[in-house]
Order: sequence, then C-alpha cells, then structure tokens
Amino acid sequence: MKPAPFTYCRPDNVEQVLDLLRQHGGDSRILAGGQTLMAMLNMRLVEPKILVDISMMEALRFIRVADNYLEIGAAVIQADLLAWTDLEQYAPLMAKALPWVGHAQTRNKGTVCGSIAHSDPSSEMPLCLALLGGEIVLRSKTNRRMVKAADFQIGTLTTARQEDELIEAIRIPVPADVSKFAFQEVAIRHGDFALVAVAASHSPDGIRLGVGGVADRPEVRHWEHLPEDEIDTALNDLAHELGGYDDIHASAGYRRELVRTIGKRVILEVMA
Amino acid sequence: MIEYGAADRVKVTLTVNNESLTGYASSRMLLSDFIRHELGLTGTHVGCEHGVCGACTIQIDGRPVRSCLMLAVQAEGREIQTVEGLSDKGTLNRLQQAFRSHHALQCGFCTSGILMSMTNLLNENPTPTDDEITDILSGHLCRCTGYVGIVKAVQSLVLENIARENGENA
Amino acid sequence: MKKIADKVYVSQALERVEDSALLAGAGVFADDIAVGARTGHAAFLRSPHAHADINSIDIKTAEALDGVHAIVVGEDLRAWSRPFIVGVKQPMEHWCLAQDRVRYIGEPVAIVVAEDRYIAEDALALIEVDYTPLKAVVDPEIAILKDAPVLHEAVGSNLISERNFSYGDPEKAFRDADRIVSMKVRYPRNACTPIECFVVNADYDAAEDNYDVLANFQGPFSLLPVMALALNIPVNKLRLRTPPDSGGSFGVKQAIFPYIVALCLASRKAGRPVKWVEDRLEHLMAATSATNRVTEIEGAVTKDGELIGLCYRQLEDCGGYLRAPEPATLYRMHGNMTGAYKVQNLAIENRVVLTNKTPTGLNRGFGGPQVYFALERLMHKIAVELKLDPLEVIKRNLVEAKDMPYRTPSGALYDSGDYRKAVLEACKKGNLEALKKRRDQVRGAGGLYGIGYTAIVEPSISNMGYISTALTALEREKAGPKDGGAAMATVSVDALGSVSVTMDSTPQGQGHRTVAAQVVADVLGLKPADIRVDVTMDTAKDNWSISAGNYSSRFAGSVAGSVHLAAIEIRDKLKRMAQTSLNIAADKVSFSDGKFSDADNPDNAIQFRRLAGQAHWSPGLLPEGDVPGLRAASSWTMPELEAPDPEDRVNSSGAHGFVFDYCGVEIDRDTGRVRLDKYVTMHDAGRLLNPALVDGQVYGGFTQALGAALFEELSYTADGTFQAGSMAEYLIPTVAETPAPVILHMSSPSPFTPLGAKGVGEGNSMSTPVCLANAVADALGRDDIELPLKQSKVRDWIGIRETPPTSGGAVATPVADKDAITGRGELTIRLPVERVWDLLLDPENLEKAIPGCRELIVEGDHSYRADVSVAVGPVRGDIVALVKLSDLDPSKFLRLGGSADGPLGSSTGSGTILLTATGANGDATILHYDYSVSLSGKIAAVGGRLLGGAMKVLIKRFFERFIRIAAPETAPAGFPLFGWLENLLRAIGIKR
Ligand code: FES
Ligand code: FES
Repeated sequence: MKPAPFTYCRPDNVEQVLDLLRQHGGDSRILAGGQTLMAMLNMRLVEPKILVDISMMEALRFIRVADNYLEIGAAVIQADLLAWTDLEQYAPLMAKALPWVGHAQTRNKGTVCGSIAHSDPSSEMPLCLALLGGEIVLRSKTNRRMVKAADFQIGTLTTARQEDELIEAIRIPVPADVSKFAFQEVAIRHGDFALVAVAASHSPDGIRLGVGGVADRPEVRHWEHLPEDEIDTALNDLAHELGGYDDIHASAGYRRELVRTIGKRVILEVMA
Repeated sequence: MIEYGAADRVKVTLTVNNESLTGYASSRMLLSDFIRHELGLTGTHVGCEHGVCGACTIQIDGRPVRSCLMLAVQAEGREIQTVEGLSDKGTLNRLQQAFRSHHALQCGFCTSGILMSMTNLLNENPTPTDDEITDILSGHLCRCTGYVGIVKAVQSLVLENIARENGENA
Repeated sequence: MKKIADKVYVSQALERVEDSALLAGAGVFADDIAVGARTGHAAFLRSPHAHADINSIDIKTAEALDGVHAIVVGEDLRAWSRPFIVGVKQPMEHWCLAQDRVRYIGEPVAIVVAEDRYIAEDALALIEVDYTPLKAVVDPEIAILKDAPVLHEAVGSNLISERNFSYGDPEKAFRDADRIVSMKVRYPRNACTPIECFVVNADYDAAEDNYDVLANFQGPFSLLPVMALALNIPVNKLRLRTPPDSGGSFGVKQAIFPYIVALCLASRKAGRPVKWVEDRLEHLMAATSATNRVTEIEGAVTKDGELIGLCYRQLEDCGGYLRAPEPATLYRMHGNMTGAYKVQNLAIENRVVLTNKTPTGLNRGFGGPQVYFALERLMHKIAVELKLDPLEVIKRNLVEAKDMPYRTPSGALYDSGDYRKAVLEACKKGNLEALKKRRDQVRGAGGLYGIGYTAIVEPSISNMGYISTALTALEREKAGPKDGGAAMATVSVDALGSVSVTMDSTPQGQGHRTVAAQVVADVLGLKPADIRVDVTMDTAKDNWSISAGNYSSRFAGSVAGSVHLAAIEIRDKLKRMAQTSLNIAADKVSFSDGKFSDADNPDNAIQFRRLAGQAHWSPGLLPEGDVPGLRAASSWTMPELEAPDPEDRVNSSGAHGFVFDYCGVEIDRDTGRVRLDKYVTMHDAGRLLNPALVDGQVYGGFTQALGAALFEELSYTADGTFQAGSMAEYLIPTVAETPAPVILHMSSPSPFTPLGAKGVGEGNSMSTPVCLANAVADALGRDDIELPLKQSKVRDWIGIRETPPTSGGAVATPVADKDAITGRGELTIRLPVERVWDLLLDPENLEKAIPGCRELIVEGDHSYRADVSVAVGPVRGDIVALVKLSDLDPSKFLRLGGSADGPLGSSTGSGTILLTATGANGDATILHYDYSVSLSGKIAAVGGRLLGGAMKVLIKRFFERFIRIAAPETAPAGFPLFGWLENLLRAIGIKR
C-alpha cells in the first residue's frame, strides 16, 4: 500500500501553482491537507504524475472577513478554522459542523477547501457551503471565477473545477444576526462518514435544509414559509426526490427515513 | 520552487525529539516509512496506512497528525515528536507511568500513537473532561484493551492536575 | 517440613515487565527488526475475481522493471513444494499461490520481490493475468445445492465433510418433549483484525537447503510440520523464530503460515532474503476470517422449561480452501456443545462447505461465538415460547456444583464450578433488579429497551486430538490416536543465581512474561524483577511441540503450570543440595528470603545464589544422581485430554470456565442505534494469576465481541465481491462506542491444572454477541435477530413505513438486487427513433460518445471491445471493456451485456434500452434505460460507498456526449443525471 511514483512540486507562490496546473492539467493533483488524497494515493486509487503541494503556502492560509462574506483560503486547516475565535460570529454553522469532520488528528492536517474539492457526497463541509449559499473561488492562469456551491459539486467526487483551476478559497455569506442554524448527523461510529447529515438555517428569507449522504451531492431546499404541520410532507417529498442508495452500512430506505426524522429535528431546532 | 522527480533521492533534514536528523527519501516515501526505516525510530507504528487506526500518530509542530498521510519530503525543516521522545533517559514520564499503572496497554502496538495524542491533549488542557478524552481517543483504534485502562490512565492524570491546580489556588 | 515458600506474587495485580519498553517505543516488533542490504521486499498480486480460471500470467514487463529482483508465480512452486495437507480426506489442492484457478477475492497469484515495497507494488501493476471468470458462490446454503458452481472439481461438490453424532437418546427426548422449540440462525463473517498485520522475513540457505524465517506467527506449532511438508523438507530445515513483541493476534496470526511458505519460496527464487509486511487492505481482504455458520437448532423442552434434548444442524463455511487446522472451528467446542446445561441427549449434524470467500481460521472464541449464538438464542426463545423468564430457564438447566467434575454427553469433563452460585451472585452484585426497573421505566415512556442473558462454558487448553473427531472412528483408528496438549517451559539459574525462563507460548500482548515471573518468583523465593523471561521462539533451539503457541487460552492453565513445575524442579534440586551442604535431614530444610536453612538452627544456612554457583562450579559437591548445572525443562500434559473414543466422545478442552452475562440495551426509534446501557459479566476462570491482566483480557475480549455484535462484518456480495476492504468499511469499535462492562469474578480452581487456573480471554467473544442479540430480541419482541446489529438493519426491524410523495415526484423504489449498482432513467432526444437507433449501433459514434474511449474495435456481430480511460474525480483507470448487444428489436429495444477489467478491479453488467417515438410528428425519441453493474476487486472493497454515485457520473457524461453528437443543437447546457450504457464503460472497473 504505497503510492505510485510522482513528481513532487512545492511552488513558492500561487502563480507557480497555476503554471503547473496549466501545464499538467488532469495529470496533476493539488495536495493540501492530504487527509483523503494521501489515503487514495496509498491505495493507488489515484496516480497523478505531478503532486502540487500547497499545504505550506502562506499566501493561501487566510481567514478574512470582507464586505459581507467570510473568505477561507485553500491552505486553511480545519483545526485552525475551528479554533478561530470569531468563527461562531461569522460562520456559526461551520462551528457546529467542523467537530464532525473526521477526528481531531485528521482535522489537524486536513483543509477546509480540500473537503470541498474532494466533494464526497456525505461530507460535512460541502453540505455547509451549499446550505449557506457559499461560493468557490476558482483561479486559473488566465481566469478567476466564482462558482456557486450549488453549481460546483456535480456528483460523486465530481465538480465544476476545470483541470487547470485551483480552488483558491471559499466564500461564505455572513449571516444576518437573527439567523439560526442547526446541524446533525448520523454515523455508525464517532468520526465516521455520515450516513446522513443535515443542516438547517432559519433567516428572514425563510427556512433552508441541506441534506448530505443521500443523493450524490449535498442537496439544499428552501422554503420561504414552512408551517409546522407541513414539515412531514415536505420532508417525505424531499426524501423520495433524493432517493438514497444502498451500501454495506445502510439502506436507501434508511437514508430516506433519516431525512424525515433528523431533518425534522434540525428544522424544529432552527424554528424554535 | 521545489521539485523532486520520481527517481530523485531527496535529503530530508528535520528535528526529531529536539535532535536534528537527516535521512534520504524518494518523493513518494511516506513519512511513517521514513521515520521507521530511514531514521530507525521504530516506536512509531503503522497499522492501516489510510489514516484510520492512529497507530502512526506523531506530533508535527506540536500537533498530533497521521504520519502515514504525509510524505517524508513534507517534513523537511519541521519539528517532530515521536514516542521515543517521551521518556527522560529511560525514566517513564507521568503519562507513560499512568499507562503502566492502569494496564492501558497489552500488545503496545497502538500505544505510541495514543501517547502522542494524549500528550498533546494534556499539554493543551491539563484537565480535559471525559467527553474530551473520548473525543481525542476515538481517533485511535486499540484492539486489545477495550480502552478502559487508557481512559483511566488519562483520568488519573487529570485528577492529579486538578489537585495540583487546587493546591496552587489554595 | 515447613511449607517452603508462601505464594506471594501470584494472584497479585502486578504491573507488567513488558510495559517499560513498549511505552518508550522500544518494543521490538517484527517489522522493527533491521534487515540486511540484500533483502528484497515482497508484494503480492491478488485475484480480483471470486472465482476464475487463470489462463496465463505474463510477467515479462514486470520483470524488466528497474529494481525488480524476482517474480514468483504458481508454476514456480511445483519444483520446490507440494500442496498443503488437508484436514479431511478429500482430493483438494491448496498451494500458497493459486495454480490454475482462483477461488476467492484476494487469493495470492504472484509475488514480486524488489528493492523496496514501493517498486514491488509498481511491478504488480505490470503483471498481466488472463482470467476466465466463473460463477461464484458465497452463501453456504446455496453452495451445497446440486447446481451450485463447484470450487474443487476433483471433490465434485462443495460439501467436503459430513458427520452425524448422537449422544444419549435424543430421539426419545424429542418424542417425550412437551414442546419443541427450534430456530435457524446465521453467524456472520468477522475477524479479530489485530492492529499489527502479518510480517514474514524468510531466508533460504542454498548451501544447507535450510529455510530461516522470522514471523509474527502465533502457533499452533502443529502448523510447522504442515509448512515443512509443503516445502518438501524435514521440519528441522525450517527454522522459525518469533520476535520479542507482536501487535495482537487473537488467533488471526495463525493464518500467516501459507505466507511463510510463499516467502520461503520467494527467497529461494530470488536468491536473497525476502521481507513481506502485509498491508491493511491485504489483511482485511484475504488474511483470514472466523467461519460463518448456519445453524438449525432444536430444543426438546418440558413445559416448565427443562431442556431434555438438543439437536444441532451446523453448516460451516470455511471459504475457498480448507486450510489447517480447519475444520477445527467446528470441532473445538465438540465436547461442550451442551454449554452450561445438564441436558444429556444430544444430536449433532456437522457439515463443512467451501465457498468463494477467504479461507477461515483461528479467531478469538474459535467456534464459541457460533455455537453459543445458536444455543443461547434458543434458550431465550424457549423462555419466550413458554412465557417464562429467560433467566429462570437458564437457572433451571445449569449443571450443578455437586456433579463436578461433570461429564457432558459429547465427552467434555467440566473440571469445576458452581454455576448457579455465579449466576445468583452476578444478579445481586450487578444489580439486575435496578436494570429491570430501568427497562420498565423506558418502556413505560414509550422507549425500546431489552435485557439479554447468556450463560456459557468457556473451554481452554485444547486437546490436540479434538480435530480428529471430524474423521470417523475407523479413519481415526487407521491414523492412530491423537490426544493431549503438551506445555513446555525451562527455568535456568546461572552461576550467579539469576534466573531465566523460556516457554512455548508466543504471547501477542497478554503479558505472559509478567505472569511467568510471578510464578517462578513464588517458587524460588525471589522477586519477579529478578526473573528474566524470554518469549521469543526459535524452533531450532527451544523446547516446543506441536501444541506450542498462543491459542485456546492455554497459557494460564497449562503453560504457566509448566513453568511452575520447572521452577519446582529447580527448587527441589536446590533443596537436595542444601541438605547435603548443611548436612541436615531432608525434612529439616527450610527455604525463605532467598536462603536455605536448617529448620532447627536458622544460623545454619546457605544463600540461594551460593547454591546456584555450586551447581555450576562444583559439580563434585552435588548429591548423588543430580546432574551439573541448574536447569529444568518441564513438559506437561493433562491426562484427562484423551483421544476421541469410538463413540465420538471427546474431552475437547482441558479446562472449562464459566461465564454469565446480562445486559440492557436501549434502541433509538429514529435511528435504530443500539445503545448498550449496562453490561455485567461474571467469570469463573479458576485461580487468577494476575487479576489486572485477567480484567484486561475481559475488557479486550468484550470490546471485540461488541464490535462483532454491532458493526463488524466481512461482507460479500452474492457474486463474491468483497466489500469491507478498508478500516472505513470494516468498523471496529472506538472508545466512543465502548462502555466499560461490570466485571465480576468467582474462583473455582481447576483440579486438573497445576496452578488451578483456566483460560479467560475468550469467554466474552462467545457470550457477548448473543447476549446483545438476546437483549435486542427482548426489546423488539422478535426472533430473527442477525448480527451485526447495524442501525439501518435494526431500524428496518422497528419498521419503516413509507408514504408516497404528494407532489407526483418520483417514488423511490427499493432496489431488488442490493449487491449490484442499479439505476434507470429516461431522456428525450429530438431525433426520430430510427436515427437514434442507428446512432446507438454505430461504432464510430459510440467511440466518440464514450468519454475517454481511445479505441473501439468491432469484434463480431454487435460485439465490441473498447479501451477506455475512465475518470471520476481524482480516480482514473484504464479499462478494457467487452460489450455485446443482443435481443435487438430495431428502433425499439436492445439488451447490453459485458464485462470490463482493469488493475483496480473488474466488473460485469447488463442493461436495456427502450426507444419510443414521441413529439407531434414522431420526430423525437424517448429513450428509457436501465442498468445493473457489479464490481469486484480493490475498488469495490474500499470504495463501495461511492460507487453508485461514480456510476451516475459516468453515465451522465456518456449521455451528454451522445446527445451532443446525435443532436448537437438540442443538447442542454447542464444535463440532468442519467444512467445506462455504462456496460461499455461499466467503468469504475478502472485503473490509472
Ligand atoms: S497507520 Fe496511519 S492511521 Fe493507521
Ligand atoms: S494494546 Fe494492542 S492494539 Fe492497543
């Protein structure tokens, strides 16, 4: 269980990263925290020719608040974001969800943007970003563009990122003061991938519910108005729409059932 | 920009347990392999090589991380702490002694990694709650002990630390 | 004569001597031992198929890779080795590398020896094996059907052993019974997965034709002759050494032995020492497993719950090969099949079947989890059917203290115990009443709460002859009787009086060094710290016999006993010397504080170390008949371990402990999660040599059993694909899932073991899974409880009632074949059906539509071969796909079928396409599709969670392209999700 050979590059600045991506495209992989990528390399599920290490790039290690969004750079480690004193204020949902990401030991190395890039259907960070209506800042040698979280993750492990693009940062809208958030997930063991993860928000423009682990990407629904006696129907419809899937850990029916039950729990929590 | 080709033999110098050490690695060599087979520090163990078991946990720049999920070449210039750095000239430190007193290990294969996580936990917070201990310890798999002794060992230090703090405050 | 030394250390919870090194990272595990510069590093090429014929293996490219020293394939073995001997009389061949057929996923096919492991793995990808996949069979009940695919054609059937046993008069008991309670249970596949995997260093010495091996093997050493026979050498040409430390085993490291043989041969071919470190993927996929078993069990009971007859029909699944010592899992419990109960009428039908799964072997509890799962579920059901308290049913049937030693109908001799007292004490000390109250409370509040009980007998110290019960009395007579179970130890005292101990156990974390030092210290009046115990084994030098090793919980009862006997021999010799030296009568020699003295005149004394020196320096002073030096080698076996008798009765184990457990579980109605609220476990393991280590064994065994009960399963699909290939798929408990049990002890010393001790490490493996199952059965009021108790399954048992959606949205339908990835969908294409049909059948168009298709070759009528580079996210792979279209109904319907292969695995699939004309003038087409794909190999083992999604991605891409090519003007920008034709790419079978 050892990685296949590759050339290791550690660029000094973002420009060099972009050069490498333009030059090598799909033959290259960005190594940020590596908490998923390294495991895949070890298993030889992934065999890039070039590994571009940005984990130590200070220029990408920023957490900043601008206008009305919070921006988190590509090299920001999950544990650092969790430890950031203003997190509760600017991204209360992330504060709730981050402790569910892997274990402390992997959060010490794994990056927030790395989770977004990997786009596992049951992972917590993409779910939060989607619920919050965040954006991904993609940069290539010639272009810089924002992609809405909803348009970014296309399916399992598949995103709208072009092969020459770097996820430079993610942006999360700073919530209105009155907004409320809730997050819950059901996994088999502490720290496991979620069987189902749900996040909800309640803000002046209504209720949102995000569901991870059921469809092949996090799915978010918005209700301007959701009377309490309509929650069950709404969630049942959503559960059917997302479908779910069977694997050795849980059945599709179970996943749908959790959409109904824990989905309701978080909605009631934010409505309270 | 640093660039190491697949066939390059890379010189890696780093600080391990406060000592500067140098070894050679290929670009793809895992840090766990480098520590064990290149530096000869075999106290760090490998149980899964995919980041789940925690046996390979070391501290890098003061944080416990999985050494199987890092490359040796990424450790250049970093500060690393391994289990070998815990005892002082052959004398077990408090944590190690507590593990011994509470029968917190059987085969000892998972132990080095657990010690590194628990050392960090107690450094950052000398009096963690039971939930905090569980949370950090859950990043490790032990197949022998059922964890009871490990938890007791850490709790015993927490109690000592609380007593100490109270003593200081008194 | 006064008592020579009071036992002072044994039975104390001393700290372990092992720990100082282990805690400092200074332990010496197999992979820590430095190897020489010439040593090559090995990696195994493994079968991606559950069942396939090997047509050819091409190693040329791999051999040419820089840094590769040698490649070994099945063919190479024939010159230097033979198949392993098999435990039943059947024409089956099992070699350490597959010959011309593979029979389970992960079966070793070739070995690469290279400069380092990284290069060795590079070369694996360059070996080309041409397989013809065969139908696989995974379910033991299907494997015995007439038309099932047969694994070993020479045998002619997958049923390789069948024996029937009858003890007492079971027919009469079942005739006389007030009621017959029966059930069918399935025990799943799981394994104890130590955190350290297998390690083998092998070195062939051509000059002496000798193999020198270092491996973290755990025994039994009866496998040494098995290896030597396979290597075609006398046993003394296979020197096996074990390292000072081993990272857990729990039986599992028994299964290293085929690898030892493989690495010996690899070293021979490579002409250099070879080292192999098994990785976790290899371990989970192909190391070993406990047997899965289907048991039909019947109890004949009186109306007040007395069990008067018991009948088992056991179907044991040993995987692809019957690997030594199997079918031992089935026979290890043979003597104690009646468990803790006094029923004397017993019938057993034992059948052993082979299926396309990893071969089985030792795992903690060995046979116990399977047997007691059936027996104790039955006891619970008897209570339910008779409307009795399950605890009362247990108590009514317990073997009674006055009957000890007690002979079971199938031949076991239970040595000691007061089961009833243990049960009563456990209920009192563990506060069963409070637990019952809690159950009532939770139930009163609408919750789901259940209590489960289990009473079991825990056998230890195996009779080396029990496995021969698998043979008929006649066959046994021909082979000669097999019995006993020797335990060997040596105690040596050097010229300065320091003491060294060796013994024939190979501990893997149990602290045997500590306990042996305690035992010897007591006998010789020393401190444990004065005694040095070495537990490495070197078969070229140490005392060992076939029963050596670390298994069947033999240490406390037999090995520690043997150590004790050797120490006594030393002490007795010293006493004789003291008698001469002090010139006193034998009965006047007193021994205390490291001194021998005259009981009547304490000043007339001589130090232990002086006497020891004399034995070495002054043999002339030795009493007559005593030999120079001071070393005792003991070898002990228990006379009660007799060979099976002609009526098939066998005392399968030397000691029998007792375990009584109960627990309370609460089940979350929403999530189905089973939360263990309280667990009480009472053990009577005779005399406890070190209570701390005993509790450590109980905690550890309990936790493994909890994993087996709740999460762990080495799961396979019906077609033999292995699905639990990583530690994110095979789930073992973390601290967060592991409540500490309440441990209670009673002590009824065994009259048969030298120290009165019995084994204790396996009891919970046997009792805990079924105890939890009984509790869940109680909580849910149902019978059909199967392990593991995963929350999704439990939630299903509670019952999910789905209502259809309101808004006319798609109703999610349950998928019929859960093992395959299936999907369906439809899309509208703005082209007439005839045009779409043509495009579908046009190879050129397909070549363009298939993403990553480098070449599509028409191989025959509607059959294609495509070279495709598939990518999903970061995962990429080159596959070769073979596709055939059939049942063509022009412009309407076609069926696809095919297969794909790549180094990450292989796949097969099928699908249909149905075209319907639509639109005002029929100028558009609705294309319905459905597909079903099965994957095997690495990708399926580690990536199961993501495969369905990955398939969707691929299919979506295909349709995007198809439509873009077919009707460019109509292709929508962001195409919704689709699926189908992936038979072409049925992808994911991928690679690079
Ligand atoms: S070896 Fe690194 S986590 Fe298991
Ligand atoms: S002590 Fe053996 S794995 Fe933890």
